[in-house]
Amino acid sequence: MGAGHHHQLYLAGDSVVHRLPPQCKLLAVAAFAIVVVATPRERFWAFGLYAVLLAGVAVAARVPLTYVLRRMAVELPFVLFAFLIPVIGMGERTTVLGVSLSVAGLWAGWNILAKATLGVVASILLAATTEPRVILIGAQRLRLPSLLVQIAMFMLRYMDVIMDEMRRMRVARESRGFEARNFRHIPVIARSAGALFIRSYERGERVHLAMLSRGYSGRMPMMDEISGSVGQWATALALPAVALAVLGLSL
Amino acid sequence: MKGFVVHVPDGFFNAAVSVSAGAVAAAGLAVCLRGARRELDDRTAPMAGLVAAFIFAVQMLNFPVAAGTSGHLLGGALAAILVGPYTGVLCMAVVLLVQCVFFADGGLTALGINITIMGIVTVVVGWGVFRLVARLTKSRGGVTAAAFVAALVSVPSAALVFSALFWVGGTAPIEVSAVAIAMGGVHVLIGIGEAVITALTVGAVLAVRPDLVYGARGLTRSLVLRGADGTIAGEPVTVAAEETAPARASVKPFLLVGLGLTLLLAGIVSFFASSSPDGLEAVAENKGFLGQATGHVFGRWALADYGEVGGIPVGIAGIIGVGLVLLIAGGVAYAARSRAKVRV
Amino acid sequence: MNSLEVNRLAYAYPDGTQALFGVDFAIRRGERVALLGPNGAGKTTLVMHLNGILTAGHGSVSVAGTPVRKDTLKEIRQRVGLVFQDPDDQLFMPTVRDDVAFGPANSGVAGEELERAVKGALERVGMLEVIDRPPHHLSFGQRRRVAVATVLAMEPEILVLDEPSSNLDPAARRELAEILRSLDVTVLMVTHDLPYALELCERSLILSDGVIVADGPTRELLADSELLARHRLELPYGFAIPAAAE
Repeated sequence: MGAGHHHQLYLAGDSVVHRLPPQCKLLAVAAFAIVVVATPRERFWAFGLYAVLLAGVAVAARVPLTYVLRRMAVELPFVLFAFLIPVIGMGERTTVLGVSLSVAGLWAGWNILAKATLGVVASILLAATTEPRVILIGAQRLRLPSLLVQIAMFMLRYMDVIMDEMRRMRVARESRGFEARNFRHIPVIARSAGALFIRSYERGERVHLAMLSRGYSGRMPMMDEISGSVGQWATALALPAVALAVLGLSL
Repeated sequence: MKGFVVHVPDGFFNAAVSVSAGAVAAAGLAVCLRGARRELDDRTAPMAGLVAAFIFAVQMLNFPVAAGTSGHLLGGALAAILVGPYTGVLCMAVVLLVQCVFFADGGLTALGINITIMGIVTVVVGWGVFRLVARLTKSRGGVTAAAFVAALVSVPSAALVFSALFWVGGTAPIEVSAVAIAMGGVHVLIGIGEAVITALTVGAVLAVRPDLVYGARGLTRSLVLRGADGTIAGEPVTVAAEETAPARASVKPFLLVGLGLTLLLAGIVSFFASSSPDGLEAVAENKGFLGQATGHVFGRWALADYGEVGGIPVGIAGIIGVGLVLLIAGGVAYAARSRAKVRV
Repeated sequence: MNSLEVNRLAYAYPDGTQALFGVDFAIRRGERVALLGPNGAGKTTLVMHLNGILTAGHGSVSVAGTPVRKDTLKEIRQRVGLVFQDPDDQLFMPTVRDDVAFGPANSGVAGEELERAVKGALERVGMLEVIDRPPHHLSFGQRRRVAVATVLAMEPEILVLDEPSSNLDPAARRELAEILRSLDVTVLMVTHDLPYALELCERSLILSDGVIVADGPTRELLADSELLARHRLELPYGFAIPAAAE
């Protein structure tokens, strides 16, 4: 788990990319990721073109490069793993800078590195240009089960509230001189986790009561609808379409 | 090595496995959406949403292991025990979904794999084991012990499924046996940490609000009417048990679902394992690029020569690993049982 | 005509704790009444009965003559507007607009009419400018006012507020009081903030240990220091009940 989880990725703006309907963007990013994953790893130039495509999107969305780079930290553990593969990989070996490396391992490491990076950057661009609640509307438009979308909606709404509660509990522990140093302190942390669960659960019950009090009877009234025009769909799907063309050329 | 505590990114598994796991995840979610609705009714969305937020938060909680190092919770078994298997799977899946789409953590094409391994496998295995052990010991201590065993088994199980998927469609040329042993070994250790934390957390909730732990709901007492001066007025009134208390999910349908998912997964796995490399790779191979270098990466290499690691055939190593976990699990269950007997 | 009637109401939680032991009172239409009581007196439990969230273990509740029952729940919940103590519990939707729209949308209001209801309710609490903001970006006082708006949008017969002044700074407290006074609805205000009750409500009830132990003009109840002390209620330090003539 990266520590940067609770930082929302959304970057307010009013670019072409920001204005695209969420369902178009979601579908575009998913299709793009599939095309990338399906690309044979020997086509270096294809991956280069994909990167150029994403850079184009980033420029259009006015998302700074440094922002994207900083947010790529989530990928780090797998990058390390990607560098490890050639060392522990099997098969024919070659020597690079005096280190014996597996050829297949080098290919695999490159493969994971390239595809994972492109995938992460595409996801970052999506999250940076689309408000979380708007992404949910898009997901609903794409026929994701509405119950699942609602659960995600409540989770996003209360994530910060619960993280705040967790932080307050930690401050309370530390202000009484407690600091978790070794496994003997696990019971104390576990009690906090238990208390956090009880609070979350009870809040869930209260939220449900608040919903009932305002006439909820099992169905959420529809959140505002955003429909995409043909032009918007075409704009959004241009990304995976161009990527697909690149893939076609590379085969 | 942190194992799959880190979410699998795009490109780690080949397209065929990613898509198959996506289908498994979708089927599993469909089952759980129905199941959760049966248990929680119209409370499903807010309750599962809040519990998902809790899981998300608790995954970030640092548990000290030894000087300087700390562990994290996966939370699958914990979710299963606290809110039940169906809601547990939903919560885990939504956490992964949110981490993937809103925080770019975990590849979009690997979402199915992440949900299958960290959502479905940990919860289903955790719940199944929990019910089996909890059935032996009908006491509060028994529930805690069962939570320990469930969490302990759930983590290496997920690691084994990861290894199986890797065997079929991993993109890295590493001995599957090495992966299985490394993953299995590391995750037995991670599992112990998960088990300690899960058991203690469940114990902490049990101590304060036992009614919140799924399947251990309280009973109602009779009501007393009191006058303004404090005297007890009239006859005590008894009320029927609250209808909100959900029926305990029996272990059987869940084991069946688990078994079904396992079979489905196994079917897909063997299908792809037996078939030739997937389409695009085959095309690339024909063009001669893959040639000598990576010809045996997909499917075939895995079947070809995954003989031994340190002189121990992989099959035996696997069996030893699983046996070890079962032994520890059995020991704890037995200890809890005899402790419960002493208490009574 | 009574907006609210509660008769011999008793209730125990599923874990066995009994919170209400036979509560009796009635509120006439247009009244503003305070329900006072120390922590743990059963105030919140009582509130949960007023719109049928909890079902009476014994006794009855009726709103504008309609008894609270399973088959009347929909109507009851539209007529009783409950404002929760923690606005975070009440504001569960992604934006203020969605949140205020939730109630009316559930009772079938849509389109232009829904938009009018949402804006009208926000205007009454002076929060129209935050309509597109997510609730968790608002200050606590703003959130409480929006919470009142979510309920007003349903045009309730009676507004029930659970600890409306808790966690508010003095300015937010005064603003909320002004808003509540400007509303033309029956109000039941559940609180242990005695000066706030005196400021807003002519009449008060005291709930202690699950029963109503006093019912009368707020001024008289608060002047009876022995009564207050018996039920763990206290006026803040230095606070004196102003003379009767205003």
